[in-house]
Amino acid sequence: MIEGYNFAYLDEQTKRMIRRALLKAVAIPGYQVPFASREMPLPYGWGTGGIQVTAAIVGRSDVLKVIDQGADDTTNAVSIRRLFANTTDVATTERTQDATIIQTRHRIPETPLREGQIMVFQVPIPEPLRWLEPREAETRRMHAHADYSVMHVKLYEDVARYGHIATGYDYPVVVDGRYLMKPSPIPKFDNPKLDRSPALMLFGAGREKRIYAVPPYTAVRSLDFEDHPFRIEKWDESCALCGATDSFLDEIVVDDRNKRMFVCSDSDYCQTRRAHGHGPATDSQEAAE
Amino acid sequence: MYVAVKGGAKAIEASHALLDQARRGDPATPELALAQIASQLTLSVDRVMAEGSLYDRELAALAVKQARGDLVEAIFLLRAYRTTLPRLAESLPVDTDAMRPIRRISAAYKDLPGGQMLGPTFDYTHRLLDFALAAEGKRKTVEPVAAEPQADCPRALDILDREGLIEKVAESDASPPDLTRDPLQFPAERALRLQNLARGDEGFLLALGYSTQRGYSSTHPFAGEIRIGDVDVEIVPEELGFAVCIGEIRVTECEMINQFQGSRDLPAQFTRGYGLVFGEGERKAMAMALVDRSLRAGELGEERTSPAQDEEFVLSHADNVEASGFVQHLKLPHYVDFQSELNLIRRIRADQTREAAE
Amino acid sequence: MSASSDEPILRVEGLRKNYGSRAVCDGISFDLWPGEVLAVVGESGAGKTSLLKCLSGQTPIDAGHAFYRNAKGREIDIAASDETLLKRLQRTEWGLIHQNPRDGLRFGVSAGANVGERLMALGARHYGNIRHEAGDWLQRLEISGDRIDDLPSKFSGGMQQRLQIARNLVTKPRLVFMDEPTGGLDVSVQARLLDLLRVLVRDLGLAAVLVTHDLAVARLLGDRLLVMKDGKAVELGLVDQVLDDPQTPYAQLLVSSVLQI
Repeated sequence: MIEGYNFAYLDEQTKRMIRRALLKAVAIPGYQVPFASREMPLPYGWGTGGIQVTAAIVGRSDVLKVIDQGADDTTNAVSIRRLFANTTDVATTERTQDATIIQTRHRIPETPLREGQIMVFQVPIPEPLRWLEPREAETRRMHAHADYSVMHVKLYEDVARYGHIATGYDYPVVVDGRYLMKPSPIPKFDNPKLDRSPALMLFGAGREKRIYAVPPYTAVRSLDFEDHPFRIEKWDESCALCGATDSFLDEIVVDDRNKRMFVCSDSDYCQTRRAHGHGPATDSQEAAE
Repeated sequence: MYVAVKGGAKAIEASHALLDQARRGDPATPELALAQIASQLTLSVDRVMAEGSLYDRELAALAVKQARGDLVEAIFLLRAYRTTLPRLAESLPVDTDAMRPIRRISAAYKDLPGGQMLGPTFDYTHRLLDFALAAEGKRKTVEPVAAEPQADCPRALDILDREGLIEKVAESDASPPDLTRDPLQFPAERALRLQNLARGDEGFLLALGYSTQRGYSSTHPFAGEIRIGDVDVEIVPEELGFAVCIGEIRVTECEMINQFQGSRDLPAQFTRGYGLVFGEGERKAMAMALVDRSLRAGELGEERTSPAQDEEFVLSHADNVEASGFVQHLKLPHYVDFQSELNLIRRIRADQTREAAE
Repeated sequence: MSASSDEPILRVEGLRKNYGSRAVCDGISFDLWPGEVLAVVGESGAGKTSLLKCLSGQTPIDAGHAFYRNAKGREIDIAASDETLLKRLQRTEWGLIHQNPRDGLRFGVSAGANVGERLMALGARHYGNIRHEAGDWLQRLEISGDRIDDLPSKFSGGMQQRLQIARNLVTKPRLVFMDEPTGGLDVSVQARLLDLLRVLVRDLGLAAVLVTHDLAVARLLGDRLLVMKDGKAVELGLVDQVLDDPQTPYAQLLVSSVLQI
């Protein structure tokens, strides 16, 4: 541990303030609770909201997993994990099922979560209505009145213009039939994992100073039309390393002739499958053109 | 077989080592001491203290050194450190009437009680690179003048006030809101706006203030008074019940005089714009005063048409620690989001191709 | 509709609205019956628009009452209702047609989305049906179906106004508030729009409060007429009665068009 700093960097008063905001967020699922976000040793936009939430809830017996883009070894995940290793001494893990707290940027693990686990999401822009209405005073009023017609108008325009709802990630959801919520920039592939999850989902936006939450077993519905139902991404390929056909795949360009291959974005999921003897499907050995 | 290009702990460590090396520069040159930075790069240190919201010359000098002279990075370092400090007490408002000035000018009056005092200023220097400075040791000395409180140095704006020609300052004993303890919420009262501006990025405020001079919500400003000097910081310890001075800080204060048409109910009078920053930061204090006045559009019944009058726009984007972080977060990987966009655009194009074929 | 037609849809009792110390509406009372159009006339500054804004929940009522009988037959006191309820009424049972189409349309999205918005606010979630119904309503307002994906900014002033009307009527509101709906238009365009409005109001059996400075508009669309001056109701009666045989000196002046209004 580095000298001169409190457990998990923040002082206890600040942690208590954040926990009060978290309790309010859990009590009103999907509602954005303003909180007095602090400057952190990492820059805004690099996960300060998630870091503050994790710092406020982490205890000595916790086991922490940090991922970015689904992987534990991406630079920002390494950096955040190291911050907590330096300021808490808690155990860290790369295995989803062993973790009690999983801080994430842009993904929810493929391995199903269980009761007692807490997901902490790093949120860049918490306000789902922001691109439709730039003013905070106005969007807060719209939430208060559950007046979300601008969002439906946007979806209508998408279908009229593109034939699809043109949102691939940070796909808007309605929580518990009441609040419109941004799930943070996870691919819409991960949206169904939010619905009635046994785990507690906490969302922290540091620069925008908002905290919100989805309590366990809460209904989370992705917006859609009856005749243009919400659908998740699908791949014709399987993972080139473990053969998985049910996971989110990253596309890797392997040469300058547009040769590509696909691998699991969730490195722990991929690793675990390989450890259990799974390998590439025989017909996907060749990378797709 | 494919090996993930995802970085790792080793790469980060190597990068940190390189950074440290780059910071140190050529080992043949002597290393900068904090005292050198604190006493010779004073205006860098002042800016870092002002926008870092922490008055500590030594820590600010350390931040400048560690940030390789990148002031926004240094401000960030200071803020992140400040986060970890307990708040022991809240000071009384500093009394700038009792300032011991090193500089005091008014552009509105040719002469006024207390006089004009230029002090150390770049104004009226010719901006000619001084090659003599490249060689060490050149120094001009002046007879030191004691910086004493000037009893007969009333504020320029008080002169107008006595004639009733300028709006009264709304005085209040209420505690001002505290941005470091409560999140910014809108609409924001003036005290909160001023706090935000005092921490705000000098370049951003400069550009906004400048825009008001170029027709984007003109406020017809006059630099009523600018003073730089030292003020006492006082606290009232609970166990004592009276104020004690715990030290002094240097601040720059700017009071702008702005025109106001008046209305049917209100006689024509001047209005105020206010700027106050830690250290010597005249450019920032002036820009702050211009923007403060512009942001009062609603209160003074002026139509809001320009960016500098738009409270949410100005206050939400003034903080350079927030802005720098979020702009630069675009460097972080976005593979997953990008993959989703790729899938979507391919699907839309495939549908279009199929429809065109039908 | 379950509300019976032998009870007023809107009851206004002693309504007062102040700006500073001045009353811009003072002691206004009237009943509005289902299917009835009340035209409010008077010179500018008489308080017509303030009255409309009070009744439609856009600005608070300072004294008195305005009771709206909703689709379920329950009376709601507009003066005592919170913003959430009023907003919901505005996008469900009420329509609101502004003089300037910019105030009543979203200029950043297509005509179809503008009309579909109210359907979606009421819970419609079938894109095909929403689009179909929006197209129907555009045609009813004489806007060609192939303009459905165009932005309102590409429409003429008259078309924008018709689009605003379609956007309001698509959910079949029970009560419509209109503020100088033909105000900013050329005379020939005005006549066509008025004709269209008259047919729609009759066909849909709409109750409406119509603010206008134009007595011809009042005669064409209105059933009854409320004459306002300096915030007060000067005369209230059947349109033809008031226009043909005004009782008060002010109404006589107004009708004889001596007044510049």
